[in-house]
Amino acid sequence: MTLTADAPVSPRTDPGSGTARAGGSPPPSPPPGPARRRWRPPWRNPWRRPWILEGFTWLYLIWSIVPIGIAVLFSFNNGKSQSVWQGFSTRWYWGDPINSVFHNPALRAAVFQTIRLSIITTLVAVPLGVAFAIGINRWRTRTSTTFNFVMVFSYVIPELIFGVALFFLFTQLFKSVHLGTVAEVLGLVTWNFSWPAIIVLARLVSIGGSYEEAAADLGASRLDAIRRVLIPLLMPAIFASAVLVFASVVDDFVIVDLLSSTANTQPMSVIIYSTSHGGNGGPALNALATIMLVLSFVVATIGLLAYRWMTRGERGSSRQEAMTSIAGM
Amino acid sequence: MARGDRRKAWTRGAQNRWVWAGFAMPGIIWLVLLFLIPFYTVLAIAGGQLNAIFQSPEPVWNPFAWTGANYTAVFHELVGQGSFVGPIFLRTLVYVAIASAISLLIAYPAAYFVTRFAGRRKVLFLALLIAPFWISYMMRMLAWIDLLQSNGYVNRALIDLHLISQPVNWLGGRSFTVILGLVYGYIPYLILVLYAGLDRIDQRLLEAGRDLGLNRTQTFVRITLPLSRQAILTGMLITVLPMVGDYFTNQLLSGASSTAMIGNVIDSQLYTASQQAQGAALSLLLLLFLLVPMVYYVVKTRRATGEAF
Repeated sequence: MTLTADAPVSPRTDPGSGTARAGGSPPPSPPPGPARRRWRPPWRNPWRRPWILEGFTWLYLIWSIVPIGIAVLFSFNNGKSQSVWQGFSTRWYWGDPINSVFHNPALRAAVFQTIRLSIITTLVAVPLGVAFAIGINRWRTRTSTTFNFVMVFSYVIPELIFGVALFFLFTQLFKSVHLGTVAEVLGLVTWNFSWPAIIVLARLVSIGGSYEEAAADLGASRLDAIRRVLIPLLMPAIFASAVLVFASVVDDFVIVDLLSSTANTQPMSVIIYSTSHGGNGGPALNALATIMLVLSFVVATIGLLAYRWMTRGERGSSRQEAMTSIAGM
Repeated sequence: MARGDRRKAWTRGAQNRWVWAGFAMPGIIWLVLLFLIPFYTVLAIAGGQLNAIFQSPEPVWNPFAWTGANYTAVFHELVGQGSFVGPIFLRTLVYVAIASAISLLIAYPAAYFVTRFAGRRKVLFLALLIAPFWISYMMRMLAWIDLLQSNGYVNRALIDLHLISQPVNWLGGRSFTVILGLVYGYIPYLILVLYAGLDRIDQRLLEAGRDLGLNRTQTFVRITLPLSRQAILTGMLITVLPMVGDYFTNQLLSGASSTAMIGNVIDSQLYTASQQAQGAALSLLLLLFLLVPMVYYVVKTRRATGEAF
């Protein structure tokens, strides 16, 4: 989100020839040095293309993405192996009457549990975090400073330590909340609460107080100004944080692992964890993981498009800005 | 009365204080109930005793009645004779140090290339850089479990290249595999922080450096690197903190006790009632150990968002 505050930096086009630039944008810097009178070795040319760096980046991208692609491919394997290709089929999604995601009750329950947890957590955590951010931003006392500290602290604490604390909370103190869906939701909301709070706080700083003050000068009441001026201005940030909360609940593992009790409160990540060691799970697990992947990507794409639409015409609005904002930066 | 004062009163004034307190209150109550009280519960269990009949932890809620027995027990496991947690803790530190160093060496050049040289393809590169961020951690581990099986693509490729003659049992308790898993798992978060930090550097400073005669390497060493120091520190914290509490990467990619990390100890202690109190004490000691980097991160974040905090 902090990128919004920056002036849009025109991406430097590759200045191999020194003068050829993408049409439209003014040249951001004077053309390179004095005209070349004598021959210089290519490695002395300050405008040379960084081939080594580019190759390295491509290697990194291949390394980071190809294994995922192979895992997705094997979810369509027509056989029990997760490492030997035996032809294409969709049996692990619904064809197989026993072990497909559709027919295996544990796997099917896990899909619905993940979706249920993501939706409920997003609906609770986002309003809570947004209201918290607005309140903390204006209510400047020792209490608000302290709890702001607590909130950011909850963002950086290792998830295992927090998960252990929640585990003891629900087994020793709030015993009436048994381990299960309710405990999972309470834990996940607390864990993801900081996304909307941090993102909206950053946005509030970049908006400043002047829009609301203008609304006040024009006769709006305080709540009117919040409802008709502040909330619309915060909408992109709220939306971006909702997408982040949803996706991070889909991805979440530690809290749901420690707080789930029976098999039907285990979401997809826990099922994959508990059955995949040593490759025992078979391609149905890859199918499950692929469903998770599709779920996250659909939400991210919707988020990206909606964010672009909401910030259209804004200064600094660009595809890059939208992408980094949706990823929580 | 100055207009500024009236304006200030709009958002900051004393008579509005209760409105803003009302906005913040639900979140504050939530944090008290589900963030602060849980840690008090951990303290109560770690300072409590063991119920001799049921072999289950007995929380003691009165802080004046807390005992140090569980801490002493954990301390002996950490440093005493025949301690078993001590070596695990050291191993965790070594794994995390190696994995985060490798992550930085990979992530920094990639993020640097995309911010500075990707040109018109920047959007494409950025999308590919961010993509793993949206892919579930379990999916990414599962991908490597598939590849590293004894008849998986990695072994087959190495045999085809005549680098090995027998398939290697990559998933059978190898430090190499666990460190690879940690790097692969946490690098997307690091790369996003580095990208954001590098992208924020004012291009005019780089141009000024070039105008003053610096070549590309000198520009990098004297301008880009110092200006990205903050991003490097934050990014390292964002990856190191969860890595220290990681227990699933090791469990999935090795499962052997020879590669166990501190998270595995805490996780396994939760499943035995008589050891839960020691698990509580151990997780508190781990929290204490990580307190300095965590507070550092909080303070830095506060400074970065200026007056918001």
